[in-house]
Amino acid sequence: MTEALQQLVNGLALGSIYALIALGYTMVYGVLRFINFAHGDVFMLGAFAALFLYPLAGGQPSVGGAILVLVLAMAICAAIGILIERLAYRPLRDRPRLNVLITAIGVSLLIEYGGQHQAMLGKDPRTFPDLLPATQFSIGGAVFGSHQLVVLALTLLLLIVLRFIVLKTRIGTAMRAVSFNPQAAALMGVNINVVVSFTFGLGSALAAAGGILYAMNYPSIEPLMGVMPGLKAFVAAVLGGIGNLPGAALGGLVLGLIETLVKATRWSNYADGIAFAVLILILLFRPAGLLGKTEVEKV
Amino acid sequence: MKAARSKLIVLATLAASLGVSLISSQLDPYFLDVVLGIGINIILAVSLNLINGYTGQFSLGHAGFMAVGAYLSAALTSFLAPRLLGAIPGIAATQVFFFAALLAGGLGAALAGLLVGIPSLRLRGDYLAIVTLGFGEIIRVIFQNMESVGGASGLHNIPQHTSFFWTFGLAGVAVYVVVSLVNSTYGRGFIAVRDDEVAAAAVGINPTRYKVTAFVLGAFWAGIAGGLYAHLKSSLNPTGFDFMRSIEIVIMVILGGMGNTTGVIVAAVLLSLLPVGLRELPTFTFNLAGNRIDLVWKELQMVIYSLFIIAMMLLRPQGLFTWAPRKKAGE
Repeated sequence: MTEALQQLVNGLALGSIYALIALGYTMVYGVLRFINFAHGDVFMLGAFAALFLYPLAGGQPSVGGAILVLVLAMAICAAIGILIERLAYRPLRDRPRLNVLITAIGVSLLIEYGGQHQAMLGKDPRTFPDLLPATQFSIGGAVFGSHQLVVLALTLLLLIVLRFIVLKTRIGTAMRAVSFNPQAAALMGVNINVVVSFTFGLGSALAAAGGILYAMNYPSIEPLMGVMPGLKAFVAAVLGGIGNLPGAALGGLVLGLIETLVKATRWSNYADGIAFAVLILILLFRPAGLLGKTEVEKV
Repeated sequence: MKAARSKLIVLATLAASLGVSLISSQLDPYFLDVVLGIGINIILAVSLNLINGYTGQFSLGHAGFMAVGAYLSAALTSFLAPRLLGAIPGIAATQVFFFAALLAGGLGAALAGLLVGIPSLRLRGDYLAIVTLGFGEIIRVIFQNMESVGGASGLHNIPQHTSFFWTFGLAGVAVYVVVSLVNSTYGRGFIAVRDDEVAAAAVGINPTRYKVTAFVLGAFWAGIAGGLYAHLKSSLNPTGFDFMRSIEIVIMVILGGMGNTTGVIVAAVLLSLLPVGLRELPTFTFNLAGNRIDLVWKELQMVIYSLFIIAMMLLRPQGLFTWAPRKKAGE
């Protein structure tokens, strides 16, 4: 029972991080209908941004410093996300979607392997500092780290903020309009380029937050750290129904729980393959995802 | 007439590769290793071109099929051959068994292609790309946990049977099969499915069947290439068949031009030589803000690949070696 509770919290913490990344995938897919392969690398850059900002914010664990680092890293990654879209994806907006996907793979490889060069981030893993004073406490015999609770609380907060932006603000309404029908939205005076840039910025900021939270729980960061979480978060987005925001959050949590459960069994070596098995099963039996709607294909 | 000529070319390739094979012991081993690597990459690129280029199904899992062929054929020659052929096998028997093992590897990969293809080819475009990527990774994870073929530490001491004859003979056959297939009446269906799936279905072409055919055939040749690779390098490691290996093959197809076999072969040759060339380049050192920075060119291989991809998609999406732009429906 104690162990089950502990695994549940572990799974939810991992799932929250997947959820934060998955939201970026799903928002970009909703607006542009393509998979931003480089999203997992923005996640990695978020963790590195925090590493470099840490000395500026005092260099020791404190709540104020952590908030400062988080906000600045999110802003930097938002700028990077907007820049990537501007340089690599916008010139291809009217080309076949496959070309954009291939470009996205190229951008992803460029960030990963460019980052591995010694002049950039370097190949060797670096230790991520403790942004917050870490404590441990136990509830009913199960031991939790305070970082795990921070992950859960911050994810919840960001989800509420995101929900507010998408549902209650003008730009959020424009995002939903573009996602629904880009041509009609453009005719109604929505500036599509602004909406796309905003979407990339918002998604990248969430990925940066995910990267920092991930690094707090697994404090060894290197340029390829974003590959697997990125792919798994994409699976989470598809699991929840791509283009659907609550779906991405739900998919992330479900995937995090599944993965943690598998890791607790003797099949733990297969944990990396499980996400893909989930993806294949969901695409076979419910291609629209858990919360998505089936679309009829028109000629 | 044309068919007769291409058959002649295949026969000439076989004869020439047999000829070179006989004198290959005189050649520099490093040089031979590079050249055989080119031949294997040609098989991989041409077979992926059938799936990605001619049929328009973007697959990112080619390394997975290569792994199936590599492990299956290596297991056969390492574990089964000594028992079947006795302690001192003759050269002819060994070579025949090697060919059979390659075929078995190819068929195993084709079976994997069928298993992957039937469910995932209901999907299109980017979904298919991710699912094939996922399958490739699953295949790799399975080999990583299969202790009978070495698990994570890999399979070693595979007999080095891969010769010039097998590599380039089979590369010639692979090119011949793919070219004659897409130029046949039946094969036009692949291009029809690529250009407009709905229209193809409307005129009575079964898109799923064509996609699965392309997938199975592509996987078969990837398996053959994997078998050749295993018996060239004489050791296998599951991490050698990861996502990056698939990407390398995809880059050859993109650079050569999707659906342009000649271009893809040229690209496969060039990209196989790229790491060799980069290794030869001297290290470039410069100062940046007081820090000494060494630019070791071979470490930049992946960066160069990624810049190739982005530049190609922005500037020449039809491929470097495709001059007449492909007409697409709606243009």
